[in-house]
Parts: sequence; C-alpha cells; structure tokens
Amino acid sequence: MVDVALQGGAVGTDQQVDRAKVLQRLRMSDALFRGMTRLAAIAVLIILSGIIASLVYGSWPALRTFGVSFLFDESWNPVTEKFGAIAPIYGTIMTSLIAMLIAVPVGLFIAMFLTELCPMWLRRPIGIAIELLAGIPSIIYGIWGLFVFAPFLQQYVQPFLIEAFGDIPVLSTLFAGPPYGIGVLTAGLILAIMVLPFITSISRDVFQAVPPVLKEAAYGLGCTTWEVWRYVVLPYTRVGVIGGVMLGLGRALGETMAVTFVIGNAHRISGSILAPGTTISATIANEFTEAVGDLYTSSLIALGLILFVITFIVLAIARLMLMRLNAKVGG
Amino acid sequence: MALYATRRARNKVAVFCAGAATLFGLTWLVLILAVLLWEGFSGLSLSVFTEMTPPPGSAGGLLNPIMGSLVMTSIAVVIGTPLGILAGTYMAEYGRYDRLTMIVRFINDILLSAPSIVIGLFVYEVMVAQMGHFSGWAGAVALAVIVVPVVVRTTEDMLILVPDTLREAAASIGLPRSLMIKKVAYRAARAGMITGVLLAVARISGETAPLLFTALNNQFWSSDMNAPMASLPVVIFQFALSPYKDWQALAWTGALIITLAVLALSIIARSLTAQRKSS
Repeated sequence: MVDVALQGGAVGTDQQVDRAKVLQRLRMSDALFRGMTRLAAIAVLIILSGIIASLVYGSWPALRTFGVSFLFDESWNPVTEKFGAIAPIYGTIMTSLIAMLIAVPVGLFIAMFLTELCPMWLRRPIGIAIELLAGIPSIIYGIWGLFVFAPFLQQYVQPFLIEAFGDIPVLSTLFAGPPYGIGVLTAGLILAIMVLPFITSISRDVFQAVPPVLKEAAYGLGCTTWEVWRYVVLPYTRVGVIGGVMLGLGRALGETMAVTFVIGNAHRISGSILAPGTTISATIANEFTEAVGDLYTSSLIALGLILFVITFIVLAIARLMLMRLNAKVGG
Repeated sequence: MALYATRRARNKVAVFCAGAATLFGLTWLVLILAVLLWEGFSGLSLSVFTEMTPPPGSAGGLLNPIMGSLVMTSIAVVIGTPLGILAGTYMAEYGRYDRLTMIVRFINDILLSAPSIVIGLFVYEVMVAQMGHFSGWAGAVALAVIVVPVVVRTTEDMLILVPDTLREAAASIGLPRSLMIKKVAYRAARAGMITGVLLAVARISGETAPLLFTALNNQFWSSDMNAPMASLPVVIFQFALSPYKDWQALAWTGALIITLAVLALSIIARSLTAQRKSS
C-alpha cells in the first residue's frame, strides 16, 4: 500500500532506500495533516475569542464614558452624544417574549401532531414544508411583514384590539392606540412565524427519541393520545424541549432583518405594544453606517456586545440541556 | 362514566389544537410564498438580469447586486469550507473524545446560531476599521465566518457516521492515517459533506445583517473587491424601505430570486442525503 500511496513516485533500483524515504515522507505528511486539522479546530475558538475581544475593544470608549448607567439609561441622542441601552434591550426582550408566547405552544402542538396523530403518508411532506419555512431568509419575512402583514394588522386587527381591551385596566395600556401597523407587536408576531419552524423541528426530533415501548405501555393502560403525550412523552423529553425552546429564543433575540423592517426604530419604552419601538439588532442595522463620531459608533458596538452576551448565555443553556438529553438517550 | 367523558373531551380538544396548530403553521408558509410569487413574478423580466440598479424613478435591473452576491458567496465558501472541513476532521478523526473537541463542539454550536449582525460588527472592527473603507473582501470574510460553523458541524456528523470497519481495513493494509482520512473516510462521507456546503451557501445567500457595514452597497457595477460591493439582500433592504414604487418592485423580484435559490439549494442538499440513506 505504501507503493500505492507513492502514486507513481520514483521506484529506483535500490528499493530499500526508497522505501525508507517514502515512509519518512508519509510520516511527515501525516503529522502535517494532523497539525493542520488541529489548527483549524483551534481556529474556531480563535474566531469566538476574536468576536468577544473586538466587541469589547470597540465598545470600550462608550463603556468608559457612560459606565454601568449605559445599561439603564433611556436617552439616545446623537446630537448631545448621550446614549443608553435600556430602550433597545427592552424592545429585544419584549419582541422575543411575544414571539415565544405564540411560537412555543403552537410549535409543540405541531410536533405532537407530527409524531402522534398525523397519518404516515403526510408526515414527510409536512415535515419538509416546516423545514423549508425554516430555510427562508429572514429578509423575506421582513419585506413580507412590511408590505403585507403590517397594513393588515393596522386595518383589521389593531383597531379591534384597542376597542376590545379599552375598558380593561392593565390591557388597555398594553393595547393603547393609535394603530400604527408597525411596532413591537408586529415585530413579535413576525418573529413568532420565523421561530416556529425551529421549535417545531427540534421538538419533533426530540419526541421521536422517546422509546415506543413507553408510549405503547401507556396506550395499553387505556390512556388517550393527549394523556400519553402530556404524561409520558413530555416528561421524558422535558430537558430537550427546553433546549429547543432556548435555541429558538436565541434566534429571536438576535434576529435582525425581520425585525428592522417592522419595528419602527423609536428609541423609547412605551407601555403599549402597538407603539413603535426598537431592538438592539434593529438599532445597529439602522444606524451603524450613519453613525458619526467615535462615541456614537462605540455605543452601537456596546449594544452589539450586550446582545452577544445575552444570546451567548441563552444558547449555552440550550446546548447544555440538549447535551443532557442526548446523554440520557444514548446511555 | 363522567370521568371517562371528561378525559375523552379533553383529548378531543388537544387533538383539535394540534391539528389547528399545524394548519396555522402551514398557512403562513402558503401566505408568504403566495405573496412572494405574485409580487416577484410580476416584476420579473430579462432586464432584471442584464441591467444595473436604477436611480429612483427609472427602469433597471439587479445585475450588479446579483454578481456581487455570487462573488462574495463564492469567496466566502472558498475561505470557509477548507477551514470547516479540517476542523471537523480533527473532531471526528483525531480527537473524537478529547477535551479540545468537546470545547470546540460547544463553541461551534453557539457560533452556529450567534446573531449574524454581531459577526458584521466583528468584521467591521477587524477589517473595515483597520483598512479605513468598506470592501467586498470584508463582506466575503463576514460570510465566511458564518460558513465555518455550518461546515464544521456537518463534516463532524458525517465522518462519525462512517463505519470504523472501513478505517480498520485501511489501517490494516498499512495506509497512513492522513491518507486513510482523505481516501477512505472523505469518500464515504462525501455526499453528506457536500450537503453541508450547500446548506452553508443557502444560509449565507440570504444573509443581510453581516453585509450592511462590511460590503456596504454600490449603485454601480464593480469588480473591485477592495471597494464597496452591492449584494442582493442589502439592495432588497434599501429598496424595500424606499418610497419609490420601482425600487419596491425590484426588491420583491430580488426577494423571489433569493428565495428560489435558497429553496433549490436546500432541496438539492436534501436529495443528496436521501439518496445516501436509501442506497
């Protein structure tokens, strides 16, 4: 095989010497290849540390100027160079919260339908359709939200919400008018549509990992489909489901384009979710290229750092949970 | 008997909810695709592929952003793929159970879903701020950073699926490890690895956020990688938010082109792995 590995290299008269040479060369290239792959693996770590280092470096001027109060200040004024992050942070959390409130139950129900109820011949097509929905670039959701979804909400849904909740104490502030069309609620709904396929496909995979014997035993006792799912499947896969939900949350928090189109880019915290707001990613996308002055740019990078830290924590928890489930299924 | 009736009723409600939820999810897919096809095809013509982006109020096409996207995507794949494949190779072949692999796998999974706008900021700091101007190179590098984790993940997963007996057979006839990997393991996992690259291309061809402040945009034809470069997603972003009807129509057409490309890529990728499984 060494001769084959030589691939037509010179096989001279003195076979012994050549053989030693070839072996030496192979040993070298072997070590070289191993070194290269190891280096590439380390490069992944370097990319991550590079991201963190460059964000910290870039946001240093802003963090030094504003200190911890950057996190809690609502003002965002490029003219007086006074910046605070609380409005975008609030918008990010609020839109993601709305998205998760809708996407989690719907996604879990779809996964239940796909694994327990759906006829066999329909499972694959629906599964593929859900995964295609996950593959559509976020800018498509954004442009659709801006031209189709926001006008629809403005004309039909939001007036109804304002009318319906107008007399109920807490909800009347939450749904206070006027109906802008674009705003926190619209962004949250678009995010929900975007995150739905992620949550669905992960929970479907997780539900499929439940040993059939467990389910059959429960069915054998006379449990209904709902009871099997609620008391056997869900407890067994709880960790994985939470992991999948956190993964979807990570997506929602960091999503830029789908939100930027429909959020309205207003730097204020409003009690009403119908009002325009902003998120961290939308602020950066809208203002970064137009930012003049080091402090302005630096404040935007500081926003990026905050976003990265939040998503890092959420994603790390998600991965740890999914790893725990895998260990359980494997062991 | 009352208990039995409640249980059955509860089950009926749950089953109804599950069906309704599925219909709800699929409705959005249909709605989005229907509007996209309708608006996109009404603006689709040959001039879209042969003319440059127009100034507001006149006709034009999307030639320069299409080319810009193709060029930057190709360069990103050329940079990102080898790095990803090598890293995945280390994780599956050399250090499958060592500490470095565990850490890299964890970090890679986080990079896989890290917000892409943060990657744009990173490349802005590292390249644009240092060079002093926006450039096509910076855009390509930002996309490459997104390609790497996708390729790492699929390469590792696919190589782990290669049966160890193949490796042992290669080793038993004296094949050095690096050649065993290149000639045996890679070949066995080839379809899956190509799928990974295709998925990465699908992922970056729709990415907008990392290009906004790396490649910026360019109204004109430019083949200079050192200058700002137009790309389809960024042009869609700019045109859709503009008040001009022509630009908005072009944005829809561009959105249709991207979606069709992404869907085609994911369908090809899917059929590649499907073939592998059935054979």
